[in-house]
Amino acid sequence: MNLTLKVWRQKGAGAPGRFVTYEARDVSPATSFLEMLDAVNEGLIARGEAPIAFEHDCREGICGSCGFVINGVPHGPRRGTTVCQLHMRVFEDGDVLTLEPWRARAFPILKDLVVDRSALDRIIQAGGFISAPTGSAPDANAILAPKEDAERAFDAAACIGCGACVAACPNASAMLFTAAKVSHLGLFPQGQPERWDRARDMVRAMDGEAFGSCTNMRECEAACPKEISIAFIARLNRDLVKASFRPRRAAAAAGV
Amino acid sequence: MSAVAALWSTSIGKKAVMAVTGIVLVGFVILHLAGNLKIYLGAGAFDAYARGLRELGEPILAYGQALWTLRLILLAAVVLHIVAAVQLTLTSWAARPVAYTEKEAVAATYAARTMRWGGVILVLFVVYHILHFTLGAVGYAPGQFQEASAYRNVVNGFRVWYVSAFYIVAQAALGLHLYHGVWSMFQTLGVDARSNGVYRGLAVVVAVVVVVGNVSIPLAVLGGLVK
Amino acid sequence: MSTETAVRPREGALDARVPPGPIERKWERRRFEMKLVNPANRRKYTILVVGTGLAGGAGAASLGELGYNVKCFSYHDSPRRAHSISAQGGINAAKNYRNDGDSVFRLFYDTVKGGDFRAREGNVYRLAELSGNIIDQCVAQGVPFAREYGGLLDTRSFGGALVSRTFYARGQTGQQLLLGAYQALERQIAAGTVRMFPRTEMLDLVVVDGRARGIVTRNLVTGAIEAHAGDAVVLATGGYANVFYLSTNAKASNATAIWRAHRRGALFANPCYTQIHPTCIPVSGEHQSKLTLMSESLRNDGRVWVPKRAGDTRPPDRIPEAERDYYLERKYPSYGNLAPRDISSRAAKEVCDQGRGVGPGGRGVYLDFADAIARFGEDKIRERYGNLFDMYERITGENGYKVPMRIYPAAHYVMGGLWVDYDLMSTIPGLFVGGEANFSDHGANRLGASALMQGLADGYFILPYTLGHYLAQVTPAGDDTRVPAFDAVRREVQDGVRRLLAVGGSRSVDSFHRDLGRVMWELCGMARNDAGLRKALAEIPALREDFWRNVRVLESGEELNQSLEKAGRVADFLELAELLVLDALHRTESCGGHFREESQTEDGEARRDDERFAYVAAWEYTGTLSQPRLHKEPLAFEHVHLATRSYK
Repeated sequence: MNLTLKVWRQKGAGAPGRFVTYEARDVSPATSFLEMLDAVNEGLIARGEAPIAFEHDCREGICGSCGFVINGVPHGPRRGTTVCQLHMRVFEDGDVLTLEPWRARAFPILKDLVVDRSALDRIIQAGGFISAPTGSAPDANAILAPKEDAERAFDAAACIGCGACVAACPNASAMLFTAAKVSHLGLFPQGQPERWDRARDMVRAMDGEAFGSCTNMRECEAACPKEISIAFIARLNRDLVKASFRPRRAAAAAGV
Repeated sequence: MSAVAALWSTSIGKKAVMAVTGIVLVGFVILHLAGNLKIYLGAGAFDAYARGLRELGEPILAYGQALWTLRLILLAAVVLHIVAAVQLTLTSWAARPVAYTEKEAVAATYAARTMRWGGVILVLFVVYHILHFTLGAVGYAPGQFQEASAYRNVVNGFRVWYVSAFYIVAQAALGLHLYHGVWSMFQTLGVDARSNGVYRGLAVVVAVVVVVGNVSIPLAVLGGLVK
Repeated sequence: MSTETAVRPREGALDARVPPGPIERKWERRRFEMKLVNPANRRKYTILVVGTGLAGGAGAASLGELGYNVKCFSYHDSPRRAHSISAQGGINAAKNYRNDGDSVFRLFYDTVKGGDFRAREGNVYRLAELSGNIIDQCVAQGVPFAREYGGLLDTRSFGGALVSRTFYARGQTGQQLLLGAYQALERQIAAGTVRMFPRTEMLDLVVVDGRARGIVTRNLVTGAIEAHAGDAVVLATGGYANVFYLSTNAKASNATAIWRAHRRGALFANPCYTQIHPTCIPVSGEHQSKLTLMSESLRNDGRVWVPKRAGDTRPPDRIPEAERDYYLERKYPSYGNLAPRDISSRAAKEVCDQGRGVGPGGRGVYLDFADAIARFGEDKIRERYGNLFDMYERITGENGYKVPMRIYPAAHYVMGGLWVDYDLMSTIPGLFVGGEANFSDHGANRLGASALMQGLADGYFILPYTLGHYLAQVTPAGDDTRVPAFDAVRREVQDGVRRLLAVGGSRSVDSFHRDLGRVMWELCGMARNDAGLRKALAEIPALREDFWRNVRVLESGEELNQSLEKAGRVADFLELAELLVLDALHRTESCGGHFREESQTEDGEARRDDERFAYVAAWEYTGTLSQPRLHKEPLAFEHVHLATRSYK
């Protein structure tokens, strides 16, 4: 099949960007979306034009590197699917596809469809961990965790940090990302001592990163390739409110 | 107090404030509706209700004292609700300086997407509503508004078709605001999120009851049912 | 490139410096012998850690906790993207929680045997010994392992073992373990003990006075070529299975860091030991950019078959039972569909070579769940493997519940890597290598659920000790890079980048990578023979020459340039490929993942030659790619007796 692509091209961080139209010819329905872009890039290179920069790595939907907006939907039309796992059979011959990078002040564009998502790492740095220095752990089975809690924790821990939630959110909020980590760790017994500081510190870091504020639109949940529920956002909200009424623990959470 | 300040300093805390003030406002809207519906009991009952509001708490409190206290609480709730909303909105607008050329709403309802401008319409409506039914400053011929005759004021007020139309539009906006807002309160305050369906249902019930109940009054007046 | 500064290994046999004494006391003894660094002095030492996967992430975090000054490098935008994240199945540990007779010794034994007796006993024993601590550490970090209703950890059994010792987190064990290490690392970054350099790719190693003293990197956003000095360097940069172009590795996985270290003097061990995984989704066409693995656990319920008749193109439901060949069940009645990876992979190749393969291109075999669905019901199968069936459907558009899945082997993991001693130090003092990047503890074949174990053992529990021992013997050199040696390497790297940009040919980097992959897969893949390997040895240098004449890398070196990144990696693959083939050619025996057609039994099974090949082949770069110098580390098996693996 043949498709028309309108792709955001931007040379560098500060440079002006614009849409450029490309034709993708003779695309096999068995091709993945990124393989289709590979082929377009091969054509560009052959013509001496700069290939389209886009981020990707594992192409198995788990590393979280890939992601851009296809026709207004992060990761494209198929639910619960990263763009690397999206295959061309979901499109039709003659489709016109608009490809845009994640747009958020917290995710500055580096080039074409590549953005800088280091803000998410900084949220984790603020408290997205359990302080368990190497070698200090008790026997694994000394910590009992109810199966239901462990399963729910996993649902939250499935986050791949791709940033689609931010991209999809009409407010460019990072609540789903933050909530997923706070919930994952807060659902385990070993995560309890730092639970309240973690919620407070991570929310403060999130607020400091130029993300917007959640208005419960649920777009994040719909865009999330791991289908993480906004129930975790409710949980974060509750934890944060409770945390505000608790004294801060004397010992700093982060540290040696 | 430092806990509240700490809360207010975060985006989630501000939302919690919106949720709590939202509860106050939803409660007010429901009580207001209950009072409004007394119109169907006739002028005597309705005027007694209007007077009763002012006599609330007597003889411990003076005439109008309870009502004014409630009004101040309401006013505080409205102010906090709006201040938080404005601050959060500005943050969100700043968070996406370059808009998408194409953006599809996959999950967000119309109600969710119109909370902000719907809220602005409601503010304008409330201002008009106070000037209209409480103060009689607009929408009446000179001398037509009588403070003691609430029933007559309502009937005279709604006989003007475009005033009724504006009220009906405003109620639609209120319904949308309630539909998203009531459900959002539970989400924002993190009340056990597993009962999401129940909260959705509750939001629908509140929105429908409020809109149908309130809209019925201008329609009844225009239709001659209440005169 | 000059190798004057490289340390020449001693002539004669390589010494791994495994401590003497009973095997169960070796690690304890070594730890006691190690010199310690005064805690107050640790921050004076700078350690450069390259890579943030299980080994690198865990290592950097643990070293930071100890108080060293750690600088950590990744070409990804975040340390969380390292390819360890893709591991699905699980992680082995000799916890014996099941009371089913597991022990450290049994895990050690299974791993040595599974590796077809080509691993170093002392290292493997230590790995088994540390396996339990890893699970403890990960649980304490909040890794959401599968649990029983009582709240205890769940385990399952995995290929090559008769005990249930594999801990798992749904089908995303690697992701969860990596996130645990990543979070520990981020905690240290916040604490200021680790400084993270994301989007920074190591392009060369700096050796000063015979010691690893730094690296030269390229900032992938600005293109800046920078030198970083340290007192020791840790490479935890993963494997090189992408030398086959199509593999289950992530697209960016590459050999550049270890290859550059090799060219600077580090010996490269057993490059030909590559693991081909049997259950991957087949190639669907020319556009294919990578292959997707589906967990081996599918073989617990799926039956593998092909038509009996070559060229049978009927759809699978039209092929009657009597005309199907369930070849694994036929050839290996006792293990059947659960035969080990290397054996299953070769069997699939064999039937496809006979023209009995299915699907486009005839390179595929059926993995059929019809019987299991009839027996347990579709719901039960969905419960067990639902996510894998979903993934299969996303990629192929076919419903695995209704039509048999098609699978084919794909390059997955490499057991080869830089040679390291018992302390995980390469032949360049101060250069340590962890995880898949070292030649590892897996011998000639890795058992399932062992890669995660090794990466984390290296990172959490071995490198923090052995690096300390090394550092205790050197004076902190500071991070001054204004030493002539740094300038020289930086200039070489700059020239290398310029050279790639200056070729100005007509072919894309990917097209060369594809060609290289084809040569490697056809001639040095699942089955290898003398003639094919010699053919490869003729084709690889020609391809390399063509690359340097005809490659086209557009845009500049001073910006984010993905073609340029790829070009450097492919250039190194084109060199490594030759060493891989030379190693395969010299090892005329079959062992584990290395199958030489000349060395097989009458019924087509691998035949090892312990007389001649019970050694680690460690190759030294001599300046001429076609003439590396071979060093041997003899392997002694004192605790596990050499035997033929049989799965019949």
